Amino acid sequence: MSDRMLAGGELVCEALQAEGVDLVFGVPGGAILPFYDHILKYPSIHHVLTRHEQGAAHAADGYARATGRVGVCIATSGPGAINLAVGLGTSFMDSTPIVAITGQVTRPAIGKDAFQETDVTGVTIPVTKHNYLVMNASDIPRVMKEAFHIARSARPGPVLVDIPRDVLQEIGEYSGYPQSVDDLPGFRPITHPDPDQVQGAADLINAAERPVILAGRGVLLSGAEPELKDLAERAQIPVIPTLLGIGSFPGNHYLHLSLMGMHGSAFANFVANEADLLINIGSRFDDRIIGRVADFAPHAKIVHFNIDRSSIHQNIFAHAPVVGDAKNSLQALLPLIRQTTRPQWLSRVDDLRREHPLIVRDFDGKPSTQYIIKRIHELTDGKAFIVTGVGQHQMWAAQHYVTDRPNSFITSGGLGTMGYEVPAALGAQMGRPTEQVWSICGDAGFQMTLQELATIRDEKAPVKFAIMNNRHHGMVRQWQTLFYNKRYSQIDTTGPDFVKLAEAYGMPGIRVDDIKDVDSAIKQAQDHDGPVIVEFMVEIDELVYPMIPAGQSVNEMVEDPWMDQQPTGTARR
Amino acid sequence: MTMRRVISALVHDRPGVLNRVASMFRRRGFNIASLTVGHSERPEFSRMTIVVDNVPETALYQVTSQLFNVVDVVEVMDITDDDYVARETALIKVRATRETRGQIVEILDLFRGAEVISVSPYSVIIEITGPTEQVESLLALLEPYTILELMRTGLVALTKDDTAPQDGAWRGPTLVGAQSHRN
Repeated sequence: MSDRMLAGGELVCEALQAEGVDLVFGVPGGAILPFYDHILKYPSIHHVLTRHEQGAAHAADGYARATGRVGVCIATSGPGAINLAVGLGTSFMDSTPIVAITGQVTRPAIGKDAFQETDVTGVTIPVTKHNYLVMNASDIPRVMKEAFHIARSARPGPVLVDIPRDVLQEIGEYSGYPQSVDDLPGFRPITHPDPDQVQGAADLINAAERPVILAGRGVLLSGAEPELKDLAERAQIPVIPTLLGIGSFPGNHYLHLSLMGMHGSAFANFVANEADLLINIGSRFDDRIIGRVADFAPHAKIVHFNIDRSSIHQNIFAHAPVVGDAKNSLQALLPLIRQTTRPQWLSRVDDLRREHPLIVRDFDGKPSTQYIIKRIHELTDGKAFIVTGVGQHQMWAAQHYVTDRPNSFITSGGLGTMGYEVPAALGAQMGRPTEQVWSICGDAGFQMTLQELATIRDEKAPVKFAIMNNRHHGMVRQWQTLFYNKRYSQIDTTGPDFVKLAEAYGMPGIRVDDIKDVDSAIKQAQDHDGPVIVEFMVEIDELVYPMIPAGQSVNEMVEDPWMDQQPTGTARR
Repeated sequence: MTMRRVISALVHDRPGVLNRVASMFRRRGFNIASLTVGHSERPEFSRMTIVVDNVPETALYQVTSQLFNVVDVVEVMDITDDDYVARETALIKVRATRETRGQIVEILDLFRGAEVISVSPYSVIIEITGPTEQVESLLALLEPYTILELMRTGLVALTKDDTAPQDGAWRGPTLVGAQSHRN
């Protein structure tokens, strides 16, 4: 192909097109204007105009998680770029592949405190896997190729490409999009594990009597769900998903346990506590899972599969670390694993499951958040794509929305970003247009990004919002209740009339405060072919149980006291 | 016990790389005792020698592996336990009068690689190149004469093995006894 002369902005569009990107989220502004001029000529790239750059970043993240593809977000220099940062941090912590493109002030203006100038590559070093400041238009194709490659390879994450306005305007030679990445000697993902490490893991697994698997997002990211199921069934090992690993193992499988950790199920915590081997596949041992390090799985040796060497030994020492892609590692491991039965261990697991179930409370005719999530689960057959905010409703959704669909549970785990739920639901819905997407929100988080309702209306994205309205920062209140002697400080988040708000944004709004209206509201939302907001008025005093206070262990776990007050067998499982 | 660790890294010679490397130490609150950087055997790469004190092995394992994740970093080796040579240079401005100048030159004769490189009426500038311990013992001997200004380069180090390191090489601390990390 003969060389063409293209402007920097066109080179960016060419790169997006060559990467197969058909959907991007962004907000224009001065420094990025040349790009926005050129994208008009690329109708295959649909640009979604979010109302805030944070929304663009979260939408790209929700899209990426729902589809497994790289999400793309775009912003201008200065405030636009910094507004992306919380979204980049969210993606960074949860290993979501993102390419962020930001405009920068012109090359001669850099470093002169120009209007809307921020050192964006400097600001985003801690929240990106890598970033670039592109100083020549002719570098754009290579940089974009590398950015996509880095974003999606090894442990995925966000990569930011900062391009000065005059570079977007500069004419460069274009000899086609690079076929391969040739010059990244410092980026060498370890995809295939060392056989000795795999043997070490296999030896521990074959010798274990009471093993348990902790399955994280790495399983989903590498598509290792079949291998995980093979391993669990072959060696009869129960599987605890992490918050981000929900869907990596079928939720209805007899070996599936609920989450463990701070708000995990009591039975999963007891299982981990009694296990003699804990096999972590694709999780980094978050502190919400381990609590007090010294008391975490105290009888267990640790096998740790992770593609990121820096996650090994980070929080928990691994007796048998395996660095590599989860799918490749499990494929190498499986032939070494002896088929076995463990009637004793599995019956002990079942006893624990029976004795310490997750329960759904009743509140005299008022629906509990748990109950509402349970009904959404049942009325969607557990098949919906769930996007959540952060806090109490998130924990209840993770406990009660049991699913067997990989990548269908979308939540900000590592960074715990409130406000994620609105734009991420938009991104997930646009990536999966034929799926039913439910955004389970708290009223406080919803108010942080509700401006994206306009984007959702414009894009006709039929997201079903279920706002659990307790008029408070519920989880903050829970901590103040339990650990600050009920000294409530700055937690009243009473918002607008959400039904009227829905109408203002051109979508139906439904308010529910009676338990008998829950089902009809959910069904009404399902039947409507556009976005809907259902506002559920829920109790302020609901607390998420079980709870292991921060930095403590299963020995300090508090189960729901309500359970003991009920006649035996009446508490709903 | 003071634990000094020496890390050698090969990095791209590009703007911002130093920032990325320093960032890794900064976010963990580790103080870098010295960091030297300069051209390496390959034109597009620089070599860094990073010295840190009192960093627990498990934490250093994290830092070196996180350092390795930095895309601009091509190779990271903890060479503390290797057979390596290390040198630093110090420029020392010492008060020196007609009476004391001779005594100072006498002290320098005790050291290999130490010489006066500039003389002024009331001071001299001394250059010394050697292992850190040698630099420190010279400084101790010069202390009574009043050190007016001191500039040390920090350590540069190379392992003695006769192979060139490979791109993508990584070696962190061996984590001896790290089981206690959990139990």
